[in-house]
Amino acid sequence: MRKNGVNMIKISAKNVDVFYGKKQALFNINLDIEENQVTALIGPSGCGKSTFLRCLNRMNDVIDICKVQGEIVINDFNINDKGCDVVRLREKIGMVFQKPNPFPKTLYENISYGPTIHGMAQSKQEMDEIVETSLKKAALWEEVKDRLHEPGTGLSGGQQQRLCIARAISVQPEVILMDEPCSALDPIATAQIEELIDELKKEHTIIIVTHSMAQAARVSQRTGFFHLGELIEHGSTDKIFKNPDNIKTQDYITGRFG
Amino acid sequence: MNKNKEKLLAKRYSSEKRFQFLGKSAIFMALLFLAIFIFKIFSTGYTAFQKTWLIVPVNFDAETMYLDANPSKEDLEDADYFEISLQSMFNLDKNANEKQQNELKKMVSYFFEREIKQELINDPSLLGKTKDVYITASDDLDQVFKGNYPRDLPENQRRVTDYQLKIFDQLVEQGKVESKFNLSFFTYPDSREAELAGIASSFMGSIFSILVCLAIAFPVAVLAAIYLEEFAPKNRFTDFIEVNINNLAAVPSIVFGLLGLGILLAVFQLPRSTPLVGGITLSLMTLPTIIIACRASLKAVPPSIREAALAMGASRMQTTMHHTVPLSMPGTLSGTIIGLAQALGETAPLILIGMVAFVNTIPGSPMDPAASLPVQIYIWAESAERGFVEKVSACIMVLLGFLIVMNLFAQIIRHKFEKKWS
Repeated sequence: MRKNGVNMIKISAKNVDVFYGKKQALFNINLDIEENQVTALIGPSGCGKSTFLRCLNRMNDVIDICKVQGEIVINDFNINDKGCDVVRLREKIGMVFQKPNPFPKTLYENISYGPTIHGMAQSKQEMDEIVETSLKKAALWEEVKDRLHEPGTGLSGGQQQRLCIARAISVQPEVILMDEPCSALDPIATAQIEELIDELKKEHTIIIVTHSMAQAARVSQRTGFFHLGELIEHGSTDKIFKNPDNIKTQDYITGRFG
Repeated sequence: MNKNKEKLLAKRYSSEKRFQFLGKSAIFMALLFLAIFIFKIFSTGYTAFQKTWLIVPVNFDAETMYLDANPSKEDLEDADYFEISLQSMFNLDKNANEKQQNELKKMVSYFFEREIKQELINDPSLLGKTKDVYITASDDLDQVFKGNYPRDLPENQRRVTDYQLKIFDQLVEQGKVESKFNLSFFTYPDSREAELAGIASSFMGSIFSILVCLAIAFPVAVLAAIYLEEFAPKNRFTDFIEVNINNLAAVPSIVFGLLGLGILLAVFQLPRSTPLVGGITLSLMTLPTIIIACRASLKAVPPSIREAALAMGASRMQTTMHHTVPLSMPGTLSGTIIGLAQALGETAPLILIGMVAFVNTIPGSPMDPAASLPVQIYIWAESAERGFVEKVSACIMVLLGFLIVMNLFAQIIRHKFEKKWS
């Protein structure tokens, strides 16, 4: 959705600090995420990019000692407000994890779980449709349409990850967070997922954390570079990779450290 | 240098061999003890599954029973069987004097009158005829027939007299003594007479206790475990609770018995000697076992499953109930069954709450007085009669069988559910 040639801002993080106990993990992060774009977060291990990603759907709530400060505004609403309902937030913001984690249930139940708990289907037929479109969007339908009632854990790693993506899009989230979705996959499965990400950005805003700079360059339009808990630089992927402002970014991109 | 290396290698191999040898001998020792134990139990106990019967001709004489020629069913019920019963025993030796007649009567169980009555009620056409009836032999003659009785002791040191032995040997010679499967061991309640004692009351008592224990311990323990593992904040207070649950699991069972006695019987005035009180007491014991098993299997559910559900927008409650708890159930259930098997073998707390009382009725509900299998073993092991020795072993066999079945069940559950999703 373009307005006067400028992409709409979907998520806007302002002065975000994160603490694990006494240790500060993120320092004053300010980052705008544009709608219907793929934003890649890159940086060396432990730089806080995953932590930042998990702030966006408040998954850090699960960790007792984790404390998030600052504002994260999505659709003009600060999700760190006390009044924010995490159940509804996570309905809007889906997540795909590093390791494929399908529920130990059938393929069908894996997809139908989200729509069921959010009451999205009125009948069995509607649910069947949701399952089919979700699997089709995740480019998995052709491979699994004959065994929807077999355990999801029986699929290959790449298929499992696409199943997890199908599960995430089954509730039609506005944003999909991906935490190194290809790190446990082989190159062929990785290529399939990347193709899928490109397709998904038409309907969803995607934020992907990745270790692979090549992947960031391939799939993303925007890139943010994290280092030691700080957002060093962000901007269009082209610029970050070809002509970064910061020397640290330059060193990381060219492989001098990380 | 090279030599040193070889020496070191040889040393490593020999130490591994030594370790394997020790491990194997440990297993051998364990199996040996088990074999000795099982052999002892079976060799003493297997005879209890056989019962000795005397085949005695009974004359169903209508006149002696005060019956007319065509008696109704009630008449048959009310008739006097004592006289004909006594007479049939006396007829075994027509020349017996009064003292010997008394000894003849004592050759069979005091149920003989009832057994003869049952024969006629089953077949009223026997009236006026004479028929051979199977009558339960006394426990001492039962042991004589099974070869467990010291016949060579002087007469004044045994309970079976020379006269009884003489008559008995005559009967054996005539083929009038038979050994058949001892069904009454399973269908009769306890009795002071070994030949009539059965495990029905204690078996039912055990079943009712276990059911009460399960009904109380399982829901409480599972709820406690789920709350502690999935919802409770991790702080000093919950740590304190956790330590105390572990302590509770280590409390000697007799202490729970005292608790049952002091609280359930004294304060709440629940009926004494009942499986209800026994089950509640046992549930206190089983509670920590189930909590620990349930928490362990909840912990074993991979956090990625929880994260997946939470990220889909499931609430904590939904995450727990839809995903974590079902995945933890196999472990919880097998832990529960192991806990119940422990409770099944428990004696001390039940003795304290009065389930050691002599109960000669079969309980129909948890509110009726009953014994339990291990307590029954204890009661019989205390009894002086020779006939109870084999019964103790037989009861142990039944208890072991029960435990094996329960453990098998636990294995099957674990196997079945684990297979489903891996």
